[in-house]
Amino acid sequence: MLTAIVLLPLLGFVLNGVLATQLGGNRVGKPFVVVVGCGLPLVAFALAVKALFDLQHANYAPLVEIVYRWATIGDSPFEIAFYFDRLTAVMTLIVTGVGSVIHIYSVGYMAHDRSFGRFFAYLNLFLFFMLLLVLGRSLLVLFVGWEGVGLASYLLIGFWFDDLANARAGKKAFITNRIGDAGFLLGMFVLYQALGTLDMDRINAAFAFTGSAAPAVSASLVGILLFIGATGKSAQIPLHVWLPDAMAGPTPVSALIHAATMVTAGVYLVARMSGVYLQAPEASAVIAIVGVATAFFAATIAVVQTDIKKVLAYSTVSQLGFMFLALGVGAYGVAIFHVVTHAFFKACLFLGAGSVIHALGGEQDVRKMGGLARRIPITFLTFAVATAAIAGIPPLAGFFSKDEILWYAFASKQGGSPLLWVVAAATALMTAFYMFRLLWLTFLGRSRMDHEVEHHVHESPWSMTGVLLLLAMLSAVGGFIALPHFLEPQLPLPTVHESLHHFETPLLVLSVVLALAGLAGAAVLFGGPPERAQALQERFAGVHRWLSGKYFIDELYERVIGRPLVWLSDRVFLNLSDRWLLDGTLNGMGALGRWGGGVLSRVQNGSLHRYAWFVMMGIVGALLWSWRHV
Amino acid sequence: MDRTQLLIGLAMALFSIGLLGVIVRRNVLVMLMCMELMLNGVNLSLVTFAQQTATTVGAVLVFLIFVVATAEIALAIPIVLLLVRGKRTLKLDAYNDLKG
Repeated sequence: MLTAIVLLPLLGFVLNGVLATQLGGNRVGKPFVVVVGCGLPLVAFALAVKALFDLQHANYAPLVEIVYRWATIGDSPFEIAFYFDRLTAVMTLIVTGVGSVIHIYSVGYMAHDRSFGRFFAYLNLFLFFMLLLVLGRSLLVLFVGWEGVGLASYLLIGFWFDDLANARAGKKAFITNRIGDAGFLLGMFVLYQALGTLDMDRINAAFAFTGSAAPAVSASLVGILLFIGATGKSAQIPLHVWLPDAMAGPTPVSALIHAATMVTAGVYLVARMSGVYLQAPEASAVIAIVGVATAFFAATIAVVQTDIKKVLAYSTVSQLGFMFLALGVGAYGVAIFHVVTHAFFKACLFLGAGSVIHALGGEQDVRKMGGLARRIPITFLTFAVATAAIAGIPPLAGFFSKDEILWYAFASKQGGSPLLWVVAAATALMTAFYMFRLLWLTFLGRSRMDHEVEHHVHESPWSMTGVLLLLAMLSAVGGFIALPHFLEPQLPLPTVHESLHHFETPLLVLSVVLALAGLAGAAVLFGGPPERAQALQERFAGVHRWLSGKYFIDELYERVIGRPLVWLSDRVFLNLSDRWLLDGTLNGMGALGRWGGGVLSRVQNGSLHRYAWFVMMGIVGALLWSWRHV
Repeated sequence: MDRTQLLIGLAMALFSIGLLGVIVRRNVLVMLMCMELMLNGVNLSLVTFAQQTATTVGAVLVFLIFVVATAEIALAIPIVLLLVRGKRTLKLDAYNDLKG
């Protein structure tokens, strides 16, 4: 059954990819694409629900399905096996569930695109690889899925590849991920060398019993290497640069891949390998620091962005930072909880943004929006709910998960510290601020739209608004699922310092106050006349320049890595090695032969007498030589 | 100077005269004849050595050379004939343009 969950989207990919694209000559129409493209993920979702019940039936003993023995090296078999436990169940349900509704949304969003079939084929391909990633028992299977989602992401970012910028963004995402993957691969090598297996449950078990036979490898080394892989996939500093550019893809792609599912693969990986990280306090500290730094810096950038999707992209990076913060302080279940709530409200936000873009005929700049609330009320309503959820306003979903992250960042015995809390709380404040700023600029206030655009504003079709309503509902109530509690038998929550217990309620109140403060700040600044925000921007022009330039990290990478690499390739590898040394040697040998031939051809001038002379001289020479030596 | 030495000396003389002829003469037919002279010099030396060592190998080789020389002449004379038909001269220098 687990196999079926994985293979159904692959079937969809093959069917749509062959029949509904240029490849198979567009043999089938849109209804077929819709039924196959949305139907199969829905079936997969139903099967995932059934698998959850089976799991419950089996008293939460993990379900294992061995599909195929890939290879046997020495004594260790490499199997393609699927593994279904509590963590997998949560991830599978999110991937298939949110994935399915985004598929349905895409029916409306992509309705007028000429590559309709190709889009659904790619989306299904992505789901297949993502399920492979989530359900795989061995790190090797996970890695195949890991690379596969990277491929699908590349294909979908560059979906409208006739615009060079999109193709370039896809390339950037793919290459940045490769850097992280190198770390991931090294981590796998180290683990295999030490333990002789790549099955994640066995690795966790091996690290849990350090008393009897400690693995011959440092958990921190493994942890850091795997985390490098996670920084690539989950867009953490220093490999976060690809995610904002990835917004070049169609909006449902941004919602599915670059907000709800794929980018959380790194979080899933760390949570899945929690057995290793429990033994690696240094690696955990690195994760917490990188996470909180990413959360903070991405949030500061999001404050000044003017592209509606870029704001959401940096917000995603920031929220992923929160998840890693939770992982770093040992609250693995809480991180997964935030993955789930984030999937709900961020998918809702992205799809809402898609609905706005759809209504405005492709406009993404919030400076040219405003006053949309009355024109597209359903989109506004759902967007507002999701915004409140991400800002952490109780009792919406984001409040619960974010508050738990903040609490464990403060009080966890596994690396929590008030400093982490301060930075995270400041980030939460900024999150509330920039999200409400986005809400205000887009939907409230006076309209700043072009006359032409304003004329055509229309609410999206039901396939889109229905999905928005569903996701907004989930964003509202999703926090009441006691997910950390559900995961606790597998991913135990960290113990907290006893002395800090009485801080819990004040901190909770404080985080609510911060969220409301963000809301108030945005309301004051953007609710009033536009001069207020303008004046603030002019007063802090230097800061604004840094923030809107994204700290010039892209430029820094270009200077420090890009250009030296180009110089090295051009000067050393191309001109020195290839052209001068390699081509030079070969051409030199050719020229030598040519020159020698020219010299020797003069000897052969057609005069037989000269030839006869040469013969005679040869004979005489031979005779002389033999006389000398014999 | 015994008979063997005499015969070897004669063979060397024949060969040298032939070689000299090939090198200095310009007439194609004369050059061919000089080549035969060289072959005969070699033949003579072979026969001499065969006699001296009392073996038959040398004598057999002489017959082989006869055959080869005959075949060579059978090819060379028609070639010369064709050349002469083209340029109406036996002077070798006229044929320098035949080089590849």
